[in-house]
Amino acid sequence: MNSAPKTGPAKIAVRSDSFHRWRAHKDKIASRIIGLGGLVVIAAVLLILFYLLYVVTPLFLPAKTSQASLVGNKDWLKNETVFLSLEEQQQVAFRINRSGLAEFFNLDGLHLLESTQIGSDGQHVALAAGDQGESGLVAVAFEDGRVGLLQNHYSTDFSEGVELRRIVPKLDFPYGTDQRVLMPEGGITGLVLSDNESEMLLAAAGSGGRVRLERNLKQENFLSGEIELESSVKSLDVDFDIAAITISDDHRWLYLGDADGRVHFVNTNTLQVVQIVPVSDAGISSMSMLLGGISVLVGDTRGNITQLFPVRDVDNQYSLQVIRRFEGHQEAIARIIPEQRRKGFMTVDEGGKLSIYHSTAGRVVLQQQLASGAPSALALAPRASGLLMLYDDGHAEFMDIDNEHPEVSFASLWSKVWYENYFEPEYVWQSSASSNEFEPKFSLTPLAFGTLKAALYAMLFALPLALMGAAYTAYFMSPALRRMVKPTIEIMAALPTVILGFLAGLWFAPFLEENLAGVMSMMLVMPIGLLLFAWFWTRSSWRVKDLVKEGWEPVLLLPVLAVLAIVSIEFVGPLQDLFFEGDLRTWLSREAGISYDQRNALVVGCAMGFAVIPTIFSIAEDAIYGVPKSLSDGSLALGATPWQSLVRVILPTASPGMFSAVMIGLGRAVGETMIVLMATGNTPIMDWNLFEGMRTLAANIAVEMPESAMNSSHYRILFLAALVLFLFTFVVNTGAELIRQRLREKYSSL
Amino acid sequence: MKTLVKWIADGTPWVWLNAAAVSASILLVVGLLLLIGVRGMAHFWPLAVQKIVYQQVDGSELILAGQIREKEKVTAKRLRESGLEVAQGSEFVTRYLLKTGNRDILGQDFRWILEPSIKSVNKPLSMVVFEREEWGVFIGMLIGVREAGELLDNRDTWGAFQQNLDHANRLRDEISDLEKNRIGSVNYRIERLRLKQRGLEIKGRDTAENLAKIESARVLLQEEYELLEQELGELYTRLRRDAVLVNTVDGQEIELPMSSIVYAYQPNQMHLGGKIGHFFHNVWRFVADDPREANTEGGIFPAIFGTVLMVLLMSVFVTPLGVVAAVYLKEYARQGLFTRFIRIAVNNLAGVPSIVYGVFGLGFFVYTLGGSLDRLFFQEALPAPTFGTGGLFWASLTLALLTLPVVIVSTEEGLSRIPRSIREGSLALGATKWETLWRTVLPMASPGIMTGLILAVARAAGEVAPLMLVGVVKLAPALPLDGNAPFLHLDRKFMHLGFHIYDVGFQSPNVEAARPLVYATALLLVVVIVLLNLVAIQVRNRLSERYRGLES
Repeated sequence: MNSAPKTGPAKIAVRSDSFHRWRAHKDKIASRIIGLGGLVVIAAVLLILFYLLYVVTPLFLPAKTSQASLVGNKDWLKNETVFLSLEEQQQVAFRINRSGLAEFFNLDGLHLLESTQIGSDGQHVALAAGDQGESGLVAVAFEDGRVGLLQNHYSTDFSEGVELRRIVPKLDFPYGTDQRVLMPEGGITGLVLSDNESEMLLAAAGSGGRVRLERNLKQENFLSGEIELESSVKSLDVDFDIAAITISDDHRWLYLGDADGRVHFVNTNTLQVVQIVPVSDAGISSMSMLLGGISVLVGDTRGNITQLFPVRDVDNQYSLQVIRRFEGHQEAIARIIPEQRRKGFMTVDEGGKLSIYHSTAGRVVLQQQLASGAPSALALAPRASGLLMLYDDGHAEFMDIDNEHPEVSFASLWSKVWYENYFEPEYVWQSSASSNEFEPKFSLTPLAFGTLKAALYAMLFALPLALMGAAYTAYFMSPALRRMVKPTIEIMAALPTVILGFLAGLWFAPFLEENLAGVMSMMLVMPIGLLLFAWFWTRSSWRVKDLVKEGWEPVLLLPVLAVLAIVSIEFVGPLQDLFFEGDLRTWLSREAGISYDQRNALVVGCAMGFAVIPTIFSIAEDAIYGVPKSLSDGSLALGATPWQSLVRVILPTASPGMFSAVMIGLGRAVGETMIVLMATGNTPIMDWNLFEGMRTLAANIAVEMPESAMNSSHYRILFLAALVLFLFTFVVNTGAELIRQRLREKYSSL
Repeated sequence: MKTLVKWIADGTPWVWLNAAAVSASILLVVGLLLLIGVRGMAHFWPLAVQKIVYQQVDGSELILAGQIREKEKVTAKRLRESGLEVAQGSEFVTRYLLKTGNRDILGQDFRWILEPSIKSVNKPLSMVVFEREEWGVFIGMLIGVREAGELLDNRDTWGAFQQNLDHANRLRDEISDLEKNRIGSVNYRIERLRLKQRGLEIKGRDTAENLAKIESARVLLQEEYELLEQELGELYTRLRRDAVLVNTVDGQEIELPMSSIVYAYQPNQMHLGGKIGHFFHNVWRFVADDPREANTEGGIFPAIFGTVLMVLLMSVFVTPLGVVAAVYLKEYARQGLFTRFIRIAVNNLAGVPSIVYGVFGLGFFVYTLGGSLDRLFFQEALPAPTFGTGGLFWASLTLALLTLPVVIVSTEEGLSRIPRSIREGSLALGATKWETLWRTVLPMASPGIMTGLILAVARAAGEVAPLMLVGVVKLAPALPLDGNAPFLHLDRKFMHLGFHIYDVGFQSPNVEAARPLVYATALLLVVVIVLLNLVAIQVRNRLSERYRGLES
């Protein structure tokens, strides 16, 4: 009764002031840390976009050069230079002068390292030509028509440690010091040297239209291991003055340029002029082969440069065709220098203007006027990172070049390009091959096309199932069943795409190949069979009908659909014997010209559709479920059937939500990697054929990224593909999210 | 007829079609799970060995023994087109895929046989299936055991064989422990000495004194190694002492070294109980053993271990970061355009393709950060990269970034379910904001945090695309966690369940042998993920129930 406490009032612990100050302090620290942490996380999230941009931007930056700096001025450089080359580290250069001296000198201070006399006293050098590759082989033609061969190469000496590395130059005579009599009458005006594994070839053009071709077949002596040459000389006389001469790397085609702007295409075996191609109406002033020795670059006296290469037609006949033209010079082209390791080249005209081009991208990378005018000799470093220029008055200049990604341009990424050895311009993605002379083909169009194709077929499979399913679940389904169906769809969403992909590639693709007719017939059999069943069910008076309450139809339909699927594959499929001569696949390829790959777009469409269905389903279902019931009740009260209410009232109200669901699903389909990787053939072809594979941007990144050299053009282009995917999904998802937010506001006002 | 027209005009057929869409989706999911389940579990069930007398094309008879793996019906026309003779009058021909094993003798371990050409089939009780370390499975009959060259004379050859096999397996375990753990530890320490020496050279402190210290330590380790090597040699000699004499089904007598046999069973003699026991034993071996034969046989323990370790590490990163970010966004930041923009950004990041995260991880984490770490701290090892290449640490970070949006969204959802009245009440009683958060709000939001974490873990277990770029490999020689300091090797590459499925299914040298393994691994992965998701759904449901009453 009396609940007065027996003891006195409870002791309240009084905390000290410092404790409360500590509490306030803790609060402040906590808010600082949390604030910092939150911002750091947000920054990390945004870092992705910025890092992608950071890696991609250098692709589109222009090439740069430094100012040409004076290296020095030496008297011995005044003797006219006939040949100049630079070694890899840009420290030592090699030149041959008019008197026949082969000199190695240091760039730093222009110290002369070595000087060797080639040729006898009094023999003056007419011209010299280096071999196309990096062998360092040089042919020196003297005025009396004799030709000597020498080789310049370099070794590194680390004897004093890594820091004090020395470049040691060496002059060799791998083919002996004897001079060859190539043109006994003298008067050599053009010289070409080409050394490949089987043959060493010298071609000389003389005044008056004389051409001499010396072929030296290499044979390895089994006993001594030495290489012996079997020489044969052939002559060709033409009726025009040869302005320039060059030869292809496979030694099959000889190119002669004349003063009327025409290129003569000569077969070296028959020594017949197979074709004459008019390149310009001005005379040809310079010709050179591009890396790989397939394309020939022709410069004329008006400053135009043209690229040609032989194109094979269906009958295996070669014809020389003009591929592209490059502009930018107004004066005669003095020299065309190809890059040693890329498909780019540099040109200098007589007025001293320098241009750097890239052949595949078809673009001019850099144009600059050289301050000191046209040099008398030029050498491009092997890495194309520097240019050495020698002038008549004996001074030398050096210029650094920063040209990292010349092969990338908007045209080379997105339009058709005529690649070497192709019949016509095409979209090709082929990023690397085994040799250095390979022309990288970076067209993103086949990949973007593949991505769209996969996404489209996936949406085609997913949209009907997801949207119709969502409409039923939100509107007609009984709440109890809905509570079971929603988690099942969530489980569907949680399934890893690896598993979907491997099932598609290892089980579904062979299954489809075996039962193509059956699976295709499912598209007809299932709807028709289903409707027939529905009609008979509605009309019948079976007792079973009472068990299936309203809103539980899907449960009833489960066995029905399963039976229809089995019927379709087991019974309708074999009917293909009647209609398609036994095999649908062979019929397709024979009659309709549609080829069939085992792993094709249909497989991907189904698998990726499966992955995307739950995403679209949940969002669309939320949108339709969220429509206020009053709208539906009103419509039904006015006499509409449930279906009419759904289609005329509910769906239009929820349409923004459904639209956003589709957008998010599309974003998901575009970015999907594993399914595509496993269920397609990963071939970058551009074909809408349902039964052929494709390669998507995402799968391409997964396949090629681990093998890509860091910061190379290929690496950055893959990052560009990732950036494209990122931006696409970001834009699509933001749009969808904004639409959904607007929809939520709209519902709350209803 | 009129009712039909009315039925159509009412729109009811469309309703049925919509219902069918739901059923189709359900069927697809259930069908897929059943397919994986059945085929996955079939890998563990011991199949009977059939002895088949087969008539070949040229009329000669061939005796085969094997397990029937698949059965399919092909058109007679297709067989004729490929050159095989088929008797007229039959439209379809059944053919079986027989796993004969014995790849070292027969050249192939699977072959297709046509049903009409089978002359007789029976199941001899004495057929034994031997699982081996190399060359796959051997199917034959046991003759006897040879111990040190002498054939044992024993009534119960099977029992003697099993005893001997147990002994050999114990020796094999000892050898494995010796090689991996003890010799591995010595090698690891020798390598550390080498790196230490190189480090001294780089810093210029490689005086004679320091070098002598290192050299003496190396000498000690070398001695230890030699002792261990001797022990290993002895173990190997003992292991190689025994062999088992077997007969192939067509009468060839082969001697198999006991060291190559891992497990053996007689499927034709097993009754149902034995088969069930064998089934569970196989499941255990699958989960606990290392892979053999280029991942086409054996178990997937390293993949499970790698996945679990990576997921743990990822959780350690993602939970604090995600919770802090969500708390900041919800409780501390001023709600305006900025936070709205951030929320949209975070939601979108959940939808960004996972390969983009992989690319970012490779470029930024591995090359940039990892390269810098190498230059600063691991110069001795250069040019071999330590952190400048993919590994456990970078993979966990990348996946943490990938699953961060999931945790943030889930935590925010959990926080938003807590009614304002609770926060206001706590503040009214004099608690600071931090104390409210720490003692009241966060514990109430912990189910939401847990849901987020579980969903993140489920996603990380299944994501493969980014991992392909940042540090998962087909076969890792060592686990990232072992007995050598620093015990957790964050720079090591590891194996992952999802990637294992991709690798074994598509980059395997022997596709037929690998296929059951792929289904089994997929089954394991699906079971784990489905369980995790069901738990998350339950937690979320319970959470929304609990607080429904609190909201006014």
